[in-house]
Amino acid sequence: MAIAKEQLDSAEKRVLQIVSRYGANEEHLLQILHDVQADDNSLSEAELIQVARAMDIPLSRVYGVATFYSMYSVRPRGKFIIRICESAPCHITGAQSVIRAFEQALGIKMGETTKDRKFTLEYTSCLGVCGVAPAVMINDRVYGNLTPDKVQEVLSACEND
Amino acid sequence: MEFFRSHVLVCSGVNCSFRGSRSVRAALVEEIRAQGLDKEVRVIETGCFGLCEAGPVMVIYPEAVHYCRVVPDDVKEIVEEHLRKGRIVDRLLYKGEAQVKGVQTWRQIDFYSRQKRVVLRNCGLIDPDSIDEYIAREGYEALGRALRMQPMEVIQAVKDSGLRGRGGAGFPTGLKWDFTARAAGDQKYLICNADEGEPGTFKDRLILEGDPHSVIEGMAIAAYAIGASKGFIYFRGEYKLSIDRLTHALEQARAYGLLGKNIFDSGFSFDIEIKVGAGAYVCGEETALINSMEGKRGEPRFKPPYPASVGLWGKPTCVNNVETLANIPSIIRQGADWFRSIGTAKCPGTKVFTLTGNINNAGLIEVPMGITLREVVYDIGGGIPHGRAFKMAQTGGTSGGCLPEALLDVPMDIDSLATAGSALGSGALMIMDDSHCIIDVVKCFLQFFRHESCGQCTPCREGTQRLYELVDKISRMEATEKDVELIRRLARTMEDASLCALGQTAPFPVLTTMRFFPEEYEAHIVHGMCPAGVCAAASQIA
Amino acid sequence: MDNVNLTIDGQVVEVPVGSTILEAAQLLGIDIPTLCYHPDQSIKAVCRVCVVEVEGQRVLQPACAYPVAEGMQVRTNTARVREARKTIIELMLAHHPQDCLQCERNLNCELQALAHRLGVREVSFPYVERQLPLDELSPSVIRDPNKCINCRRCVSVCHDIQGVGILDSVNRGFDTVVSAPFWRSLIELSCVNCGQCILVCPVGAIKEKDDTEIVWAALADPTKHVVVQTAPAIRVSIGEELDLPPGTRVTKKLTTALRRLGFDRVFDTDFSADLTILEEGSELLERLSAGGILPMITSCSPGWIKFIEHYYPDLLGHLSTCKSPQQMFGALTKTYYAEKAGIDPEDIVMVSIMPCTAKKFEANRPEMTDSGFVDVDVVLTTRELGRMLREAGIDFAELPEEEYDAPLGISTGAGAIFGASGGVMEAALRTVYELVTGTELENLDFEDVRGLEGIKSAVVKLPLKEAAAAQEVAADNPQTLEVKVAVAHSLKHARVLLEQIRSGEADFQFLEVMCCPGGCIGGGGQPIPTTNGERMERIVAIYEEDKGMPLRKSHDNPAVQTLYEEFLGKPLGEKSHKLLHTHYQAREKF
Repeated sequence: MAIAKEQLDSAEKRVLQIVSRYGANEEHLLQILHDVQADDNSLSEAELIQVARAMDIPLSRVYGVATFYSMYSVRPRGKFIIRICESAPCHITGAQSVIRAFEQALGIKMGETTKDRKFTLEYTSCLGVCGVAPAVMINDRVYGNLTPDKVQEVLSACEND
Repeated sequence: MEFFRSHVLVCSGVNCSFRGSRSVRAALVEEIRAQGLDKEVRVIETGCFGLCEAGPVMVIYPEAVHYCRVVPDDVKEIVEEHLRKGRIVDRLLYKGEAQVKGVQTWRQIDFYSRQKRVVLRNCGLIDPDSIDEYIAREGYEALGRALRMQPMEVIQAVKDSGLRGRGGAGFPTGLKWDFTARAAGDQKYLICNADEGEPGTFKDRLILEGDPHSVIEGMAIAAYAIGASKGFIYFRGEYKLSIDRLTHALEQARAYGLLGKNIFDSGFSFDIEIKVGAGAYVCGEETALINSMEGKRGEPRFKPPYPASVGLWGKPTCVNNVETLANIPSIIRQGADWFRSIGTAKCPGTKVFTLTGNINNAGLIEVPMGITLREVVYDIGGGIPHGRAFKMAQTGGTSGGCLPEALLDVPMDIDSLATAGSALGSGALMIMDDSHCIIDVVKCFLQFFRHESCGQCTPCREGTQRLYELVDKISRMEATEKDVELIRRLARTMEDASLCALGQTAPFPVLTTMRFFPEEYEAHIVHGMCPAGVCAAASQIA
Repeated sequence: MDNVNLTIDGQVVEVPVGSTILEAAQLLGIDIPTLCYHPDQSIKAVCRVCVVEVEGQRVLQPACAYPVAEGMQVRTNTARVREARKTIIELMLAHHPQDCLQCERNLNCELQALAHRLGVREVSFPYVERQLPLDELSPSVIRDPNKCINCRRCVSVCHDIQGVGILDSVNRGFDTVVSAPFWRSLIELSCVNCGQCILVCPVGAIKEKDDTEIVWAALADPTKHVVVQTAPAIRVSIGEELDLPPGTRVTKKLTTALRRLGFDRVFDTDFSADLTILEEGSELLERLSAGGILPMITSCSPGWIKFIEHYYPDLLGHLSTCKSPQQMFGALTKTYYAEKAGIDPEDIVMVSIMPCTAKKFEANRPEMTDSGFVDVDVVLTTRELGRMLREAGIDFAELPEEEYDAPLGISTGAGAIFGASGGVMEAALRTVYELVTGTELENLDFEDVRGLEGIKSAVVKLPLKEAAAAQEVAADNPQTLEVKVAVAHSLKHARVLLEQIRSGEADFQFLEVMCCPGGCIGGGGQPIPTTNGERMERIVAIYEEDKGMPLRKSHDNPAVQTLYEEFLGKPLGEKSHKLLHTHYQAREKF
C-alpha cells in the first residue's frame, strides 16, 4: 500500500497506548477513536490501520465506523472545530445568519477547513442548549445566544486560547 | 455541623453555565468572603431550575428569592443589599411580559407554580455533587425498599403505576421489564438511554446533571427487577462535559455501597459503566444504541427479536430512557396510586418538556400529563415574545407533528397528541411565531433527517434526501401539484417500509404541515410567494 | 419441531416454527420479490423490496426476516404493497447509473429484472450521480461504486463467509455506499481476489477484470501459437453461460468450442492436477517420514494463498511448495511442450480458463516466470469465456463432441475432482494409498471429504508395504500408517483450522483449503448466479465426470508418467523443483 512506513510507525506507538488503556475488545472502538482523534481532530489512515491491527478488527469496519459518526473525521480538520447547530430551535432563532457570518469571517464554506488548518466549519445536530439558541460548540466549549455581530468576538476568543 | 443563615443556590445547568453562571458564582464566593460573610452564607451549585431563558438564575434561601439574568456586576449589590441588609434587589426579580413589578419568590412565579415536579424534584434544591443531599431527600430509600421486595413485586408496582417510557415510544415500562425478566439467560443487561439527540431536547442531560442519583437509583431498582448485574449509561458524545459529574456520582454511590457487590446485604450486585457515542441521532433507537455500544455503526437492527430477548452481545437487555428511570424511585417510595393520581388515566405521571423557540420562558419544565398546550405556552411559557402571534407548536421533536393555533387546547399526553396528528415523543416542544415560514422550517427538519439517516434501508436512505429535495423545490417556488402527489406517495412508502422509526416518522413534519397549513403550501406552489417572506428572501440572497 | 399454520393471500400453509414469511410463501408458489436477500447469507432486511402486509402490524414488514406465527394473516400483493415496492425500486434507480444497455450485467441484473417485473415505467425522482472514482487497478476484481445499491451482500460474503472483510459500508445517509477503506484500490489492500463479491452483487458494481480483448487479439495473430487450458470446474459450469441448466456436463463440447474460437491447442488443467498429486503426495510422504512441518496444507487455490500470506504469515511453512495446477501447466507448456512441439516458447500464448478471479492475480505474480517467460499469459474466467462464445455465436446444443489434445489434455478422474472441495484431498489419498501400501485401492470414493459442509475430516488407515518403514513413521503401530486429514472451504472455515494449527491443537496431518465455498465449482469467476444451489448441481456433475473416466487415479495418468520419464525425472526432483514448486511471501494486513 502506498502509505509511508514512517507514518505507520509513528501512529503505532500512540495507538497501542490508547488501545491498552481500554482493551482491544471491539466494544471500546468508539472511545478509542475519540482518543486517537484527540491530537489533531482527525483520524488518519495510518492511525486507523494501527487501530484495526491492534484490535484485530478489519480496517474496513473501523473505517465504516469512523465515517458513520459525525464527531469523527477521516479528513484533516482545523485546530478549532466550529460545530454550528442547525436544528430547528436554532434555525428559527437565526442560525442561518450566524452561519453566513462565520463563513464570511473565515472565508470558507460549511464543511471546509481554513488554509492555516486553524478552523473547520461543521454542522452539528442539536447540542442540547436550546435555551441559548442559536448556539455553536467550538471544540468542547459552547457559545450561545449568538448573533452575526458576536462571531468575530467568538473567533478572537479562540485565537487567544 | 456548620450552620449557615443563608444559602445561595446558583444554577449550574448547561444553559445558565453558557450564560455565565460560573463566573457569577465565583464572583459571589469572592464577594461574600470580602464582606466577611463566608461563615454565614453558603454558595451551592445546583442543577437546572428550568427557567433557562432568564438565566443565569439563582435562588436565596430561606426566603426563596429568585433572581434572573444575574451578571458578575450584580453580585456586589446582591451581597450588600440582600445578604447583608436583607433588602431584596428588585431589578433582578423575574418579570413576566406584562408585569411591572417583579415576583419575589420562585414559588410565586407562574413558570414554577404551574409545574408538578417529580423527576425534577431535586433540581435546583440540592447540590448534585453531593450524595448526602440526595440521601437527605429520601434518596436511595426506594432502593432499600425494592430490595426487600421480590423482583416480580417491583415489576408489578411499576406496571400498576402505569408508567410509560419517556423516550418517545411510550411503551409501558413495567411490561418491558417483565419481558426482560422472563427472557431466558443468566446474563442480562440494563441500559440507560442518555443519547438525547432529538433537536430541542435537553431534559435528560439536565436530569442527569441536576440529580444524577435519581437515575442511578432508578437503574439499580430496574436492574434488580429484571435480574441484571450490569448496567450502562449511553451518553451522547456531544455531552462530554456532563460525564465528569456523572462519573463522580457513580463513584460516590460505589463508596456508599449503593452500587457494587451485595447492595444493602441483599445479595444483589450491580454496577454501572458509562459508554459514549460519537454523534449519531439514530443511536437513540434502542437497537442502534446497542450496535453502537458494541463498537459498530449505529444502525438499527431488525425486530423481532427484541432486545428483551436478544440485545447487547446477544443477551436479554432492557433499554430505558433517563426520565423513565428517574421516575422509578418516587413510584416505589410513594406507590402506584400516588403516581396514578398525577396525569391522565392512560398516561399517569408527569412529563418533562423542553420549551424552545419563540417563547418567553424557554427552558425545562415538568408538568402533569394531560395539561393543555395552551397552558404550557401561555401560563408557564409566558407567551410569545415581541408581541408576535403564535403560529405553530412542534411537539415530539423533529419527527413530531406541527400543531396550529386551533389545536392549542390539545392535552399533552401520549395518546391525545397522537390523535391530534402529532406525538409527545421525548418532550421537545418548539414554539414558532408568525415571522417564520412553515416550508422553510420543514426544510430544516428534513435537512436534519437526511443528515441523520443511517443509510441502511432504502426508503429512509434515499427517501430522506428526496423528501428534502421536493420541499426545497417548494421553497424555491418551483414545485407543482405533481410534486405534492409525489411527496405523499414517498411519505407513505417511508412510513410503511422503513426499517426503524427514524425513516417511518421522517415524513411526519411534512404531512402534518400539509394538513394544518395547506395555505402555506398553496401560496408557495400555486401563487409563487412565501407569506412570511422567508423563502423569497433566501432566494434573493442566493 | 413444531409447525404453525398461517394464511398468505388467502391460502393456508403449514411451516416449521422459525420460518420466515418468504419461506412460507415459497411453499405456496408465491414468489415475493427480494434484493438484499441471498439464500446463502444471513438476513439483512435492508432493501425493503420484499415488504408485505401482516395483519395487526402498523407498518409493512420484510418477508425475508419476519417470522411466521400461528394464525398470522399475510397479504403480499395489495395496492399498498405494490406502491411501496415500486417506489423503493424508483428510489434505487434514481441513484443508479442509467447505462443499462452498456452494462456488463445487462439482462442479468437483479435491479433491472425487478424494475421490469414490478412494472416500473418511470422514475419520478431526478437522477443523482454519485461521481465516485472507479477501482480498476486490480488484475482480478474491479469496482464501480457508483452502481452500488447498498444491498450489502458483498459485505456479508467478504466478512461473514470469507472472513476477509475488505469491503464495508462507509458514510451514512444518502452518501452511504459500500467501499474499501479510504477509497483504496483492492490491489492495495489485503483483498484475496476471490471474487465472491462479484457472484453476489445483484448489479454491475463489482466485476472481474475483463481480459477477453487480449485473447481475441492473440487468436487473430498468426504468429502466435495460442494454447488453452481449462480448469476442472469449467466443464460443469460453462453451460450455464449458454443457458444450459446448472451442472450440465459439456466437457467434449467445450473442447470443440475452444477450437472453433481459434485456439491452436486445447489442453486440460486436469493433466497438471494429476501432476500436482504426484508432487504433493510425495511431498506429504516426505514430510511424514522426515519430520517436516505438519500439517501440510494444499496450495492450489490462489485466493487461499494470498489469504495466508496476509493473515497467517507465521504458518506459511505449512503450505505445500507445489505451484497450483494452472501455474505448473504454464511452466510446462513453455518448456516441455514447446520443446516437444518444436515451437519457440516466445511465440506461445498460454491462456487459461478458470472459475476464478484470483488466478488472474496468481498468473501476474512476479515469481511465476520459471519457464523463462510469463508462464501463464492470460486468465479468463468462465464468464469471460461465456462472453466470447456468445459473441462468436457458438451454440453448445448443436456442437459436436471432441477430445482434448494430447499429451497435456490427457487426464484422470482424480484431476477432475480438483474442482470440488475435498477433491484434491480425495485425489491425493487415492494416490498416496497406493504409493504407501503398494496395493490397489478398492473403493475410490472418499465420501467423508465431499459436499458443502464447511469443515470435513477423515482418518485413512494405510496398511504399510514394509514393516521397516513403519518403524520410522508410526512406531506404535508398525502395521498401518494412520493419516488424519481435514478439508475446509471458504476462508472463514479455513480460519478455524488455522487457529487450531497456531495453538497446536490441530489433530490432522494434511489439510486441503479451497478459498471459495464449495471449492472451484463455486469460484468467483463462475456464472452468475452461483449460490449453494448451483454449487451442489456442479458438485454432482463433477463426481459423475470422475466416475465416467477410464482412469481415476493420478499416478495412472500415462501422459504424466511419460512426462516424468521424458522430462522431469521423478517427483520432487531437480526439474520439478525449478518448474513446479514455488515459495511464498509474508504480506502486510491492510
